[in-house]
Amino acid sequence: MCNVCGCGQDAMAIGTHPNEHVPHQHDHEQHPEACEEHGHHHGTEPQQGRERDAGHHDYGATPARAHAPGLSQARMVRIERDILSKNQALATENRRYFAARGIFALNLLSSPGAGKTTLLVRTIAALGGQFPMAVIEGDQQTTEDADRIRQAGVAALQINTGKGCHLDAHMAGRAARSLGLQRQSLLFIENVGNLVCPASFDLGEAHKVVILSVTEGDNKPLKYPDMFQVAEVLLLNKVDLLPYVDFNVEHASAAARRLNPGIEILPVSTTRGDGMEQWIAWLFQRRADFLHRLSAKTAIGR
Amino acid sequence: MHELSLCESLLEIIEEQARVHHYRRVRTVWLEVGRFAGVECDALRFSFEIVVCESLANGAKLEIIDIPGCGWCFDCGAEVLLEDCFEICPRCGGTVQITSGKEFRLKELEVE
Repeated sequence: MCNVCGCGQDAMAIGTHPNEHVPHQHDHEQHPEACEEHGHHHGTEPQQGRERDAGHHDYGATPARAHAPGLSQARMVRIERDILSKNQALATENRRYFAARGIFALNLLSSPGAGKTTLLVRTIAALGGQFPMAVIEGDQQTTEDADRIRQAGVAALQINTGKGCHLDAHMAGRAARSLGLQRQSLLFIENVGNLVCPASFDLGEAHKVVILSVTEGDNKPLKYPDMFQVAEVLLLNKVDLLPYVDFNVEHASAAARRLNPGIEILPVSTTRGDGMEQWIAWLFQRRADFLHRLSAKTAIGR
Repeated sequence: MHELSLCESLLEIIEEQARVHHYRRVRTVWLEVGRFAGVECDALRFSFEIVVCESLANGAKLEIIDIPGCGWCFDCGAEVLLEDCFEICPRCGGTVQITSGKEFRLKELEVE
């Protein structure tokens, strides 16, 4: 296939409309404007290109297979940029902001209804104001979750993403700054309930925490691997319901470890309180490690 | 589901690069998409067309370069090709750390 204009006999068609493919002339004479402008024609106008693409999925390789090197008025520009580089840059900025203030931020990920907000309410009660805390709530609609957190006595900011399926570093950064966080705060960022997209967007957090409830099924780690690969800890929630559901803790744990050998797994019940001690211990340990790393860095900086 | 916002980020890079490389129109966009990038290519194409339709990339062709999944085995140290991100080492059955396949990069543009 020609990778300059995308034409060619060996273009692969996948999908439901293979017959819609309309082969176009390969004579470089379908581009009158380009001819006037540059004295050379190449390939097809975008309009025609769109028509051709409507029923056609092309999978090209590299421009090295161009059939007309140097003859087109078009030129190649090498970019080599990660699409998420902007989000990454903002996440790095957030991370710097948190580090400068000793703020330990956690990004909580799960599908809707796995128990993120209940976990937070219970965690806030268990920590009992030992250090300043704040919560950023991400949901498509409503301020219900932020209201629940405020009732628990902690500052909360609700982000409604509208149609968005995840929080990004820009939203999280703005929210964190407008919360007016105290130094050495513990910041929980409750992401939009979604087991897919939030895994791709770094928010600048210290750790990602994934919550899987036993009612969702033990096959979820393998079905939605991204989330389990990026998290440092997996909370297996609703273990109080284990007698009533077909969920094999060993299977789920083995699957999560297969994806992410270093993942820590803590069975909890945010309603009954099982495993909360281990979770709180994990929080303390990781926060202490984070603050220790910061002070070590500052010492080197001096 | 997040392909639309990925396309918006892609368009931002294309517009930003237009100021650097002085182009007025984009004809083709080459994207590297890793096997484990979490990107659904059909959704990406669909979103791309919508996102770029009033931009300098209107009508641009989207070429997707597949990046295979590779990993490194913790147990035997082998570099292995992976079909799925949860695969075990085909040589020794050990645990594999993914080393490539998560790429999602704008590689190259054909511009005027």
